[in-house]
Amino acid sequence: MNLLWLLSSGSGTWNPLLWLLAFIVALAAAWFIRSFGRKDFREGLQQEPFISGNEEPADGGGHIPASNLYWGFLESLSGYYSRLIPLHTGILTDYVAWFLGVMAVMLVIALIV
Amino acid sequence: MATLLQHLPALLVAVPLFAAFTLPLVGRTGAPARTAWVFLGALLTAATGLLLAWQVFAHGPLLYVFGAAAPHVPTPMDSGGIPIRIIFQIDALGALMVVIASLSSLAIILYSLASDSRHSGKDSFYSLLFLLVAGVLGMVSTGDLFNFFVFLEISSLSGAALVAYRVDKGQAVEAGLKYALLSTVGALAFLVAVGLLFAQYNALNIAVVASRLQFTPLDQIALVLLAIPLAMKCGAVPMHFWTPDAYSTAPSSITAFLVVSSQASLYGLFRILFSLYGHLLEFSWLTFGWFLIILGVLSMFIGVTMAIPQKDVKRLMAYHAVSQTGYMLLGVGVGLAVLGNAEALTAYGRTAMAGGLFHILNHAMYKGLLFLTAGAIFFRTGTRNLNKLGGLGHHMPWTMVFFMIGALAIAGIPPFNGFASKFLIYESVFRFSPFLSIIAMLVSILTLASFVKVFHAMFMGAARTEFAQVREVPIPMIAGMAILAAVVIVTGLMPRPFIDHMILPAVNALVDRADYIAAILGGH
Amino acid sequence: MTAFLLSLPFVAVLALIFIGLGAMLFKRNLIKILMGLSLFESAVNLLLVAIGYRQDGVAPIFTHVPPHTHMVLPTVQALTLTAIVIGVATLAMMLSFAMIIYRKYGTVDIRNIRKLNG
Repeated sequence: MNLLWLLSSGSGTWNPLLWLLAFIVALAAAWFIRSFGRKDFREGLQQEPFISGNEEPADGGGHIPASNLYWGFLESLSGYYSRLIPLHTGILTDYVAWFLGVMAVMLVIALIV
Repeated sequence: MATLLQHLPALLVAVPLFAAFTLPLVGRTGAPARTAWVFLGALLTAATGLLLAWQVFAHGPLLYVFGAAAPHVPTPMDSGGIPIRIIFQIDALGALMVVIASLSSLAIILYSLASDSRHSGKDSFYSLLFLLVAGVLGMVSTGDLFNFFVFLEISSLSGAALVAYRVDKGQAVEAGLKYALLSTVGALAFLVAVGLLFAQYNALNIAVVASRLQFTPLDQIALVLLAIPLAMKCGAVPMHFWTPDAYSTAPSSITAFLVVSSQASLYGLFRILFSLYGHLLEFSWLTFGWFLIILGVLSMFIGVTMAIPQKDVKRLMAYHAVSQTGYMLLGVGVGLAVLGNAEALTAYGRTAMAGGLFHILNHAMYKGLLFLTAGAIFFRTGTRNLNKLGGLGHHMPWTMVFFMIGALAIAGIPPFNGFASKFLIYESVFRFSPFLSIIAMLVSILTLASFVKVFHAMFMGAARTEFAQVREVPIPMIAGMAILAAVVIVTGLMPRPFIDHMILPAVNALVDRADYIAAILGGH
Repeated sequence: MTAFLLSLPFVAVLALIFIGLGAMLFKRNLIKILMGLSLFESAVNLLLVAIGYRQDGVAPIFTHVPPHTHMVLPTVQALTLTAIVIGVATLAMMLSFAMIIYRKYGTVDIRNIRKLNG
């Protein structure tokens, strides 16, 4: 049984079965803690989201669009991105030039070394 | 039955080719007949591939000589000990790729039966799709350099035509043109190298050329002309520019198979470096090992960082495909760099290669799954723009579950299969160079971050009125995704049998070059 | 002299390859880029045929072989034929792409065919 699951890299091992066990234990713990919750909760009651007393924005208005995620990450790396993104010009001759350029460099390396 | 088994390698390309060329005829008799024919073709192709792979894993490498009276005898008696016909040589590595292509083709064809049902021109669409499958299967099973070129061109041509198939205001055609032109330039460079090798050694069979190779300056030029186009076709940075264009505009079922087609090029690259040029001096092993490693690290890092700011979901996933290819290049590159060092090879070299090759299988499955979920979203909402999507978890629960499985697998979260292969790569690469291993882990974190963004953008949030009509996708699409998701879960939970019976034999097939040559020329 | 004559095809191959690649790198018109690709293709075919040339060899047509001559195994010729067929298919497909792009974008200038970028 163990042989079927155990994965060894020569310096470490990984056993998905143990992970599954840990996962099940964690689930059981979560269920146990949840069972301490209030018994007088009713469906439909107390379910309105509370946003500082404001109305919930309708139709995805409260949804943060994808472009706003990781704004800080992109902003702090703007030096890197402002160089990298313009390289992807979308112009076919540039694609061919990169390809042939790498080939030329490797030709030089292969013939010298 | 025995005869059928004997001719299995020929059937491997004959079945999809037959399906491709009969499809326009069958299609004339009506849509139900065409659907049945496509489904039957897909089933038969996958069954042939899996049966063949099972044969290889159970009984060792297979040879098939086309047009010979005895298809298992590579060198006819009257030829002076030289194979003169086209030979298919399928060892464990080829069989691994056949398994990937078979499973993936079955899933995507099932999926496309529903996802492309609203479009016209289905006869030639499926013809091209079967041609693409035949091209990929041929690439990974042939033992002949020129034959490899032919299958490479078949897969590139049909792939480009399929990318451009839904014109999409010209954008898809633009992507198809870029893909076609780069593929053709690459394939022609490959052909020049084949010519250079043939001029010196009078042979096209990989094993024969490998046994005669002198490593003259012309051979070195040929090596570069063979390796760089294949590295470009698998989407390695800095030759990856066509990948996001082609992957994002192709129909999603096609994109999922273009991933497999890229990995067939990766197979070709490894075959060239290990089986054809494997006996170079140790110095060149280091050179080309580091060539793969540098390409791999660049692909991983630039791929994932370019993915983060993307707004088009399929373009984002395409950059991740570039990034994941980097892991395979890194793992196998480490194996190549220590090929001359027997101690390091047994200590971590083979494990690194096992991780790289296992990642090929895993990547084809979870990246295919992710592209199919993106296609399911596009099928129902008509947009790929992440800023316009949201709240779809309310309407498409199955798609959401499949997306989560794929996203967790690509980010290397246990117990999905991406973790199993990345675990092997991290641990073995760490012993080669800790720095490379740390980059690999960092890339995994960034991968997770960008998929959190995609998940949030597509599925989270309150239900929206503009998507009120959105329903779950039809059963065939769910079935296609379910096949891939099942493989992701099974290989993640039970990686050991796959490693022992498929991946390690494939690693040995790459490392033990003498076996590859002996299979054709005999002796040791 | 013979050596010089025999090396001429290879000089032509190199020249054609560089003309073709040059056209692909520096021309802005899509049609001219495809012409460059076509030149590159022809150069590769010429290379293959030039490799297959054997002095004093004859074509392997068994009914017409003069005595005391050597027949040439026509492998590269077969390769060239295959490569030509593939080349025609590729070129036809890409020209039709160019046609559709011109119809949709109104231009064949490669600098303007870049809706997919970034």
